[in-house]
Amino acid sequence: MACLLASVLTITLLAFIVGEILFKAWPAISKFGLGFITGKQWSPNREVFGVLPVLIGTTASSFLALLVSLPLGLAIAIFLSEDFFPGPVRQVIRFVVETLAAIPSVVYGLWGIFVVIPLVQQYGAVIAAKFGIIPFLAGPAYGNSLLTASLVLALMVLPTITAISRSSLVAVPYTLREGSYALGATRWETILKVIIPTAAPGIVASSILAFGRAMGETMAVAMLIGNSQRLSWSLLSPSNTLSALLANQFAEADGIQVSALMYAAALLIVLTLGVNIAGEAVLRHTQKATAGLR
Amino acid sequence: MTTKASQDPLALSNDFVSGETNFIKVDNFKFFYGKKEALHGINLEIPSRKVTAFIGPSGCGKSTLLRNFNRMNELIPGVRHEGDITIHGMSIYDPSVEIIALRRRIGMVFQKSNPFPMSIYENIVYPLRIAGQNNRSILDETVERCLRSAALWDEAKDRLNDSALGLSGGQMQRLCIARAVASRPEILLMDEPCSALDPIATAKVEELIIELKRDFTIVIVTHNMQQASRVSELTAFFYLGNLIEFDDTRKIFNNPSMKQTEEYITGRFG
Repeated sequence: MACLLASVLTITLLAFIVGEILFKAWPAISKFGLGFITGKQWSPNREVFGVLPVLIGTTASSFLALLVSLPLGLAIAIFLSEDFFPGPVRQVIRFVVETLAAIPSVVYGLWGIFVVIPLVQQYGAVIAAKFGIIPFLAGPAYGNSLLTASLVLALMVLPTITAISRSSLVAVPYTLREGSYALGATRWETILKVIIPTAAPGIVASSILAFGRAMGETMAVAMLIGNSQRLSWSLLSPSNTLSALLANQFAEADGIQVSALMYAAALLIVLTLGVNIAGEAVLRHTQKATAGLR
Repeated sequence: MTTKASQDPLALSNDFVSGETNFIKVDNFKFFYGKKEALHGINLEIPSRKVTAFIGPSGCGKSTLLRNFNRMNELIPGVRHEGDITIHGMSIYDPSVEIIALRRRIGMVFQKSNPFPMSIYENIVYPLRIAGQNNRSILDETVERCLRSAALWDEAKDRLNDSALGLSGGQMQRLCIARAVASRPEILLMDEPCSALDPIATAKVEELIIELKRDFTIVIVTHNMQQASRVSELTAFFYLGNLIEFDDTRKIFNNPSMKQTEEYITGRFG
């Protein structure tokens, strides 16, 4: 009974939050319509609001984070699920990776400011000088950039990828492993051709959920991304994300700008909710599929 | 693949003769899981191109011995052995024997069917692909040959690219048999291959076993004594890690020499 009450309360609360955001966003929604999404300008002084650069920044930073984090996280998950190392060593690695999830966002932000920004400035300048012709690597190399935010995000979503991938790798039935060895496969052939493909839906789910987490991540990104609403192709240029935009501008906003920010918040909810639901759906589907293998 | 095979010290020449009486020879073989001795000095000679059944109550060591023929037991940490097993006169523990090559020459079918979550086609060509064989026509040929020898061709030929997980339990087990013979092994090990199947699927697999012995030396572990008497020519009875009796299947079931064998097959224990 208490559980039912709690769940009803949770759903009501969620509905209330969404309703409140939509209510506050309504003036902006009715004024700007879909032009808000396709608009490239964000200047509160002229009351022109478009979030296209911010939407691009949000997806680009999350995607880049995933690009770095997925190979790394998958590699860690494989080493944790196989017995390359003795059990205690694996326990320690697992503990360390899971601890990454417990570090507050603002600490990642500080670490980014003091460690990653100087690195990106230093090496970014070298890269921009050599490969600046490629639009993605054009200078000048600001420290606060899409790249900086993405690198820190990659570390932040690593535990999500590692934990879910590891559990789907571990869930691959031993009989498949045995079958592969009995056919004369080596350990790595077994891992690459049987175990990873069997666990693939779980690995995909981990990536989607990590993507969702990266999109919603606020504090560290707000501290590192440079908060620029100008469209730029370069990874070394400042950019912005929906969540960082909200965090940076909400305190000083008034009038229609508040409403525009609420509109942006509604978009963020739709995006993260959509991605998370997709991730959960894939994960459910996986669990059902591997249950059939047992 | 051909060059690889010729380098394999265990590889058979073309004059592989049927009716060799000591094709697999187990010589005073002891096996240990950690400190526990699971097999106490087994001596056994298995002839080629016949079906040999291993029977005995749970924990008697029959599966342990079977899983040593392709050295699958070595996946378990803390195991060791004494004595020797030879195939065609060559020790499987000889330093020149590559475990990968050994397993390619010995097919294995497990208690629980274990098709990989890929298509029927890819399941069968898996052992070829890992051996570096990607020639489409050779793969196609192999798929047809193996599915035919596993009596699955007619049921599967129109759905080769469908997932193997869509097959019925009995079909999956026959697919695993097809996959086990894809690399043309000489020996087929079967570890209780029908224990998870219904009677009709079991009958099909048993028919298949009798069919397959023309081309393969088959060793089958079974809990089902009717099955041993139906499919095998020779039967070995194991008890508590010892080989109690090894003889013609008819003799074992009609007139066993040892009292323990008689008690087991008449159902007084086990």
